[in-house]
Amino acid sequence: MTTPKTLSEKIWEQHLVRQEEGQPDLLYVDLHLVHEVTSPQAFESLRMSGRKVRRPDLTMSTVDHNIPTIGRDLPNPDPLSQQQIETLRTNCKEFGIQLFDMFDLRQGIVHIIGPEQGLTQPGMTIVCGDSHTSTHGAFGALAFGIGTSEVEHVLATQTLLQARPKTMSIEVNGELSFGVTAKDVILAIIRKIGVDGGVGHVIEYRGDVIRNLSMEGRMTICNMSIEGGARAGLVAPDETTFAYMQGRPYVPKGEDWDRAVEAWRKLPTDEGAKFDTYVTLDGAAIEPHVTWGTTPAQSVPVSGRVPSPEDAATASARETAERSLTYMDLKAGTRIQDIAIDRVFLGSCTNGRIEDLRAAAKVVSGKHVASTVRAMVVPGSGLVKAQAEREGLDQIFKDAGFEWRDAGCSMCLGMNPDILMPGERCASTSNRNFEGRQGAGGRTHLVSPEMAAAAAVAGHFVDIREVL
Amino acid sequence: MQPVKDITGNAIPLNRADVDTDQIMPKQFLKRIERSGFGPFTFFDWRKDPNFVLNNAAYEGAPILVAGPNFGCGSSREHAPWGLEDMGIQAIVAPSFADIFRNNCAKIGLLTVVLPQEDVDYLIARAEELPAQRIKVSLAQQTVSIEGTDWARHFDVDPFVKHCLLEGLDDIGLTLQHDEDIAKFESTRSPLLPTTSTAA
Ligand code: SF4
Repeated sequence: MTTPKTLSEKIWEQHLVRQEEGQPDLLYVDLHLVHEVTSPQAFESLRMSGRKVRRPDLTMSTVDHNIPTIGRDLPNPDPLSQQQIETLRTNCKEFGIQLFDMFDLRQGIVHIIGPEQGLTQPGMTIVCGDSHTSTHGAFGALAFGIGTSEVEHVLATQTLLQARPKTMSIEVNGELSFGVTAKDVILAIIRKIGVDGGVGHVIEYRGDVIRNLSMEGRMTICNMSIEGGARAGLVAPDETTFAYMQGRPYVPKGEDWDRAVEAWRKLPTDEGAKFDTYVTLDGAAIEPHVTWGTTPAQSVPVSGRVPSPEDAATASARETAERSLTYMDLKAGTRIQDIAIDRVFLGSCTNGRIEDLRAAAKVVSGKHVASTVRAMVVPGSGLVKAQAEREGLDQIFKDAGFEWRDAGCSMCLGMNPDILMPGERCASTSNRNFEGRQGAGGRTHLVSPEMAAAAAVAGHFVDIREVL
Repeated sequence: MQPVKDITGNAIPLNRADVDTDQIMPKQFLKRIERSGFGPFTFFDWRKDPNFVLNNAAYEGAPILVAGPNFGCGSSREHAPWGLEDMGIQAIVAPSFADIFRNNCAKIGLLTVVLPQEDVDYLIARAEELPAQRIKVSLAQQTVSIEGTDWARHFDVDPFVKHCLLEGLDDIGLTLQHDEDIAKFESTRSPLLPTTSTAA
């Protein structure tokens, strides 16, 4: 009998090109996603050493980080952004890589378009010069972020040198309460394990709560694995996965589909397989979360208050908490629902999918954004945007006073003109509340799409369970 | 990549946990398409505080950075290590590092050294007290020592990373030597796997 294996171990072993004692494993990469920010230096270096892209047909690219979300037909207001976008265009042309460019309906955030096109499939290895590549793990793929030197390595060899990671099982049992979303689950997980709890590990999310989530919800969870320190997070493929995938442009058709599904069914972790680390959470106990600080682990239930640094477990945690409170201009003991906001950002690879927009639209339908708030919706891809418009969601948002934008990363990191002004406070559906992430001096509170929508209407955080 | 030699010089004490790459290299500088010249942009926002350690002339040109746990967390941007390297940092000592950041450093020959929290605390205190204190980081010996004292600590390093750093080896060149293995693997891949040219 063979030893029982976990999902990530199976994928790892199926992609081993070469293994040698004392060296990292050489893994084959099934899909390499490329965007404009982390690739120019890799292509340049490739050119300088006279190397080619080994498998342009396993490489896909788009523009997302820099690109404006309004007035795309006008000249880009930032010449440097423009240069970066044009550089990607030139590189894709020179090396024969498919690009979903600015006016392609399929353009969007790199982690949204892979699953949307059906390029993301169970059992694959997927890499991208972007830490949120973990998103693709929702399909039972082993997907992780890499740096630019590694991007160059993958371009040249279609492989990656990687030390074998440890495995972590995070089990969320039971059932979620009303008003609690996948975003709240991952915020609760990160709060529990800490921002470095997953370092060196691949996380597999398990348990009834995960099984009952939609693919969108699973992607939200896997997306933020990196915020818990893990490079990859995955969920075993099941009927929900297959139903989501079927019929998408790049998935197998007809008999091939049946054969593919048959192979995917063998992927889930074997009975009796061991993980290096185990974590469990009770799903029923999770409440809607709001971050109050400058790391994604600094969150509390919306019914709570800003915690006191005095209660921190260690001296260094206390210092970190004090710094966070100063930066966020918050006082310990303040009720979360008394925190007033200036901006709302609905979007990003964490929560910029159609289901997120539907959920938020439901909350704002027939209501209006508070007079003190400026709110925007940035769909994760051109196709998400088109779908939302077919469903009339754009009208609901516009009627409620939201700005309705074109697809991109936008204010998740503010490389384009969508940024917070110093001191502005934002309820954001993105993934990072680091200092200055959404604009120098800006203050970010991470929440679910529903909570962001409700905050937009009220002008401050509200408990979504009292609104729905 | 240049081979990593013994590094001797003073150390910058950055006593903060969870320093993320958004702080090390803020987004507005990621638009450049060059690989060099990122040094002046490191910690751009934190440098606005006159009391920030990098604004202290005593640490100018120091080749070693000592920092709190989980250094380099967040975004995968290699621009962060490029910036640190460009400002003259050759080794970073911390109780722990984020995975991607650590990989990125290894690829460009920037040494990351993990020491227990109490040793890092000691180094930070020493560097704060005596900004000119010279510290030696030897990859060959796998030691960090404080010059003029008998304080010395051993650190662990992945043997392959050590070998590559000491020899200044180019990963891609190494992997390309295994072209046959790669081609062999490719010939066994399932035909059902997607390519970017096979959309329906
Ligand atoms: S949406 Fe934000 S987190 Fe996602 S890829 Fe874009 S910048 Fe990164």
